[in-house]
Amino acid sequence: MSPLLSARGITRYFGDRIACRDVDFDLWPGEVLGVVGESGSGKTTLLNCLAGRLAPDAGAVTYDSMAYGPVEVHALSEARRRLLSRTEWGFVSQDPREGLRMGVSAGANIGERLMAVGARHYGDIRHTALDWLERVEIARDRLDDRPSAYSGGMRQRLQIARNLVSSPRLVFMDEPTGGLDVSVQARILDLLRGLVNTLHLSAVLVTHDLGVARLLTHRLMVMQGGAVVEHGLTDQVLDDPRHAYTQMLVASILPV
Amino acid sequence: MADASPQDGGYNYAYLDEQTKRMIRRAILKAVAVPGYQVPFGGREMPLPYGWGTGGIQVTAAIIGRDDTLKVIDQGADDTTNAVSIRRFFAKVAGVATTTRTEEATVIQTRHRVPETPLRDGQILVFQVPIPEPLRMLEPRETETRTLHALAEYGVMQVSLYESIARHGRISKAYNYPVLVNGRYIMSPSPIPKFDNPKLDRSPALQLYGAGREKRIYAVPPYTPVKSLDFEDHPFEIEQWSECCALCGSSDSFLDEMIVDDSGQRLFVCSDTDYCERRQAAAEAAE
Amino acid sequence: MYVAVKGGETAIAHSLDFVADKRRGDRGIDELSLAQIDQQLGLAVDRVMTEGSCYDRSLAALAIKQARGDLIEAIFLLRAYRTTLPRFGDSQPLDTTAMLAERRISSTFKDVPGGQVLGPTYDYTHRLLDFSLAAAGERPTAPTAPADTARGLPRVGDILEREGMLEPPPEAASPEDLTRKPLTLPASRPVRLQNLARGDEGFLLALGYSTQRGYGNNHPFVGEIRYGRVPVSFVPEELGFEITIAEIEVTECDMVNQFAGSHDVPPQFTRGYGLAFGHSERKAMAMALVDRALRAEELSEAATSPAQDEEFVLAHSDNVEASGFVQHLKLPHYVDFQSELVVVRALCEEVEARRRQAALDQAAE
Repeated sequence: MSPLLSARGITRYFGDRIACRDVDFDLWPGEVLGVVGESGSGKTTLLNCLAGRLAPDAGAVTYDSMAYGPVEVHALSEARRRLLSRTEWGFVSQDPREGLRMGVSAGANIGERLMAVGARHYGDIRHTALDWLERVEIARDRLDDRPSAYSGGMRQRLQIARNLVSSPRLVFMDEPTGGLDVSVQARILDLLRGLVNTLHLSAVLVTHDLGVARLLTHRLMVMQGGAVVEHGLTDQVLDDPRHAYTQMLVASILPV
Repeated sequence: MADASPQDGGYNYAYLDEQTKRMIRRAILKAVAVPGYQVPFGGREMPLPYGWGTGGIQVTAAIIGRDDTLKVIDQGADDTTNAVSIRRFFAKVAGVATTTRTEEATVIQTRHRVPETPLRDGQILVFQVPIPEPLRMLEPRETETRTLHALAEYGVMQVSLYESIARHGRISKAYNYPVLVNGRYIMSPSPIPKFDNPKLDRSPALQLYGAGREKRIYAVPPYTPVKSLDFEDHPFEIEQWSECCALCGSSDSFLDEMIVDDSGQRLFVCSDTDYCERRQAAAEAAE
Repeated sequence: MYVAVKGGETAIAHSLDFVADKRRGDRGIDELSLAQIDQQLGLAVDRVMTEGSCYDRSLAALAIKQARGDLIEAIFLLRAYRTTLPRFGDSQPLDTTAMLAERRISSTFKDVPGGQVLGPTYDYTHRLLDFSLAAAGERPTAPTAPADTARGLPRVGDILEREGMLEPPPEAASPEDLTRKPLTLPASRPVRLQNLARGDEGFLLALGYSTQRGYGNNHPFVGEIRYGRVPVSFVPEELGFEITIAEIEVTECDMVNQFAGSHDVPPQFTRGYGLAFGHSERKAMAMALVDRALRAEELSEAATSPAQDEEFVLAHSDNVEASGFVQHLKLPHYVDFQSELVVVRALCEEVEARRRQAALDQAAE
């Protein structure tokens, strides 16, 4: 079995500031890899490089695609990369407004990936969209409402549904619960955990919240100043941190 | 043909200089070779304002010759003011024969309608187009729409149709109804009523579309499939009237609604004046 | 019995007569001459030449007379005429250092080599309507000071550039012509500048103003404005050397803007550029502000405001295009409207049918 996603030597600058440097890892099918660190640690830049949104200055990202076999993400044509990101991948943005069409209904948002690959039966599309609304625990009578009428938590659920409707194999998540109420966060985390398990998703999850990492991820990479300082099974890294920075992070979780 | 300058009192044949006509013809050839694809061209300022048909006029000027017969219609009628103005323009600068009869024309320039009389092999239909980009109202950036066409990423268009059904129970687009040309490019057929879309599918005539202000030319060669977008369970439908034409009795042409008095009395009359007149003449001859 | 309205041809002929009549106005009043328009409404002539992209004062004056003072209509007339003119080549780039300047000012320094030449400007007039102008037979007194023209004034920009304080001007590039090839985006700076030079003064003024109020501020200073006559040179193929074919009046504005720098390049002030025919300072300045705003991406600035949005600015700057499309709404659209009526009526019927059905269902319970 080969890794689903491989990163080798991912390096990216902004001007002369290093955003991330020499990042290596393999992601296996069914795994959720967490990337934690403070803001400015380079984790979002790394995520964007992995998801093909940003070209690294050095290094390569390899993805084992269903459509084309193993491909180097940044060597693909723009057409293929865009197709992959609409079918085999998902990307859940921290701000759901970036990952949704705010001006069209929830149903249209969920149905778009299906329509983009040729779905042409309105009734079926609607049925699938309703199905997904239920799975992300949004009331069915909200199907024709626009996301502008949704709460922040509902918008995030909708963004998740919009991404998962195409049964992606790999989901990139950038602080999926950032900016939400604590209680809302908890329910969305539960939802995500359930979906990842039932759908056998693989994911790369960026977060500054160690609690989120603990709940959702199997393995963890800790980043500081653009470099990976520690890497291992989540429980091990959080219960027995080796690097001074990780120890500091773990120690600063407020006891609840 | 030597370029005459206006100071000599003369313009080149069909107003445009030969170099410009060649440039436009090259764009037309490219357009015909890639049905439905919008070809940028170096559109010139014309003596009529942008919005008044400068694109259609440039296309017609580039293809018209002394042996042609030109028909010009606007809203289906030969005698609306702008159709009259354009026909006079070409009569003057191209010395070309003009007609109101569809079957006699070799070149038909039109705004917002396709003639009811079926077209035949050898005829050219020139459409005046205000906004050539069918995705424009969904995505205002030309840099992005260009990419969407190149990658055939048309999800956003299907989404807009879905949304229309979700909101209104049906696809509510009434004119400028988007079509898929030759199974590849989504095209705007210009603001013709959707009633006219079926006439474009595998038409024996050559269809040329000119947008002067936006500087794009596109084309549908004869016998090319043109399919109006829809859903399997919400298939494309054309308008229907319960009335028929008050002048000729037609029940299968596009009807204009005329309000004839203050109490709101209405009459319905064929929008295609030539079609209507011919039917009236035939009815009279039969009596 | 309804009879289809005909007579479009006659209606048009009559409307042309009416327009000609209105244009001439009261026959008892003297007809305007082109020389009067050129001389006494000279700034209108300057604007029409600039946005019409054609330097010819009498043609522009004729256009203004024919358009009855509607400058956008006059610009359209001049552009349409320009389309028919034969082209025999591109001139050499104008050398505005060789300008015989009637006016030259800089806001960046109190004094500059060659001096601050105030020249003819409305800037220091008091905006009080001068009713003496209403009386005919005005005999203005001759200026009390001799005209302060100067040739070969050194550029303020060159001085700053020699010090390394101002970015050098862009590399010379072969010209692309928007009147021959359509605009493609992203556009190069020369194409942007051509678009802006032809662009509507009001539109550019509003956008330039918006940058000053915070919508993409680039901290402008007027490095230099100069107005005067420059020679136009051309190299005819048959001769193989440069000859002067004309002398034209232009207004040029060099803005000095927000400095930029990076790790390796020390900070320098940046440039905005504006050029217009005749004496058109407002246009040249607005153009320079917008030119600089559109360089946001090149200078690694966040492009967040309308004046920095290349597609928005360049697609909507042409008033001939804008006027045509806005006014085309007056053309008949009744067929499309009829299509919409059909749809809306059907939708209303469906809503009404659902309402009746709901009422029946409720009554049945």
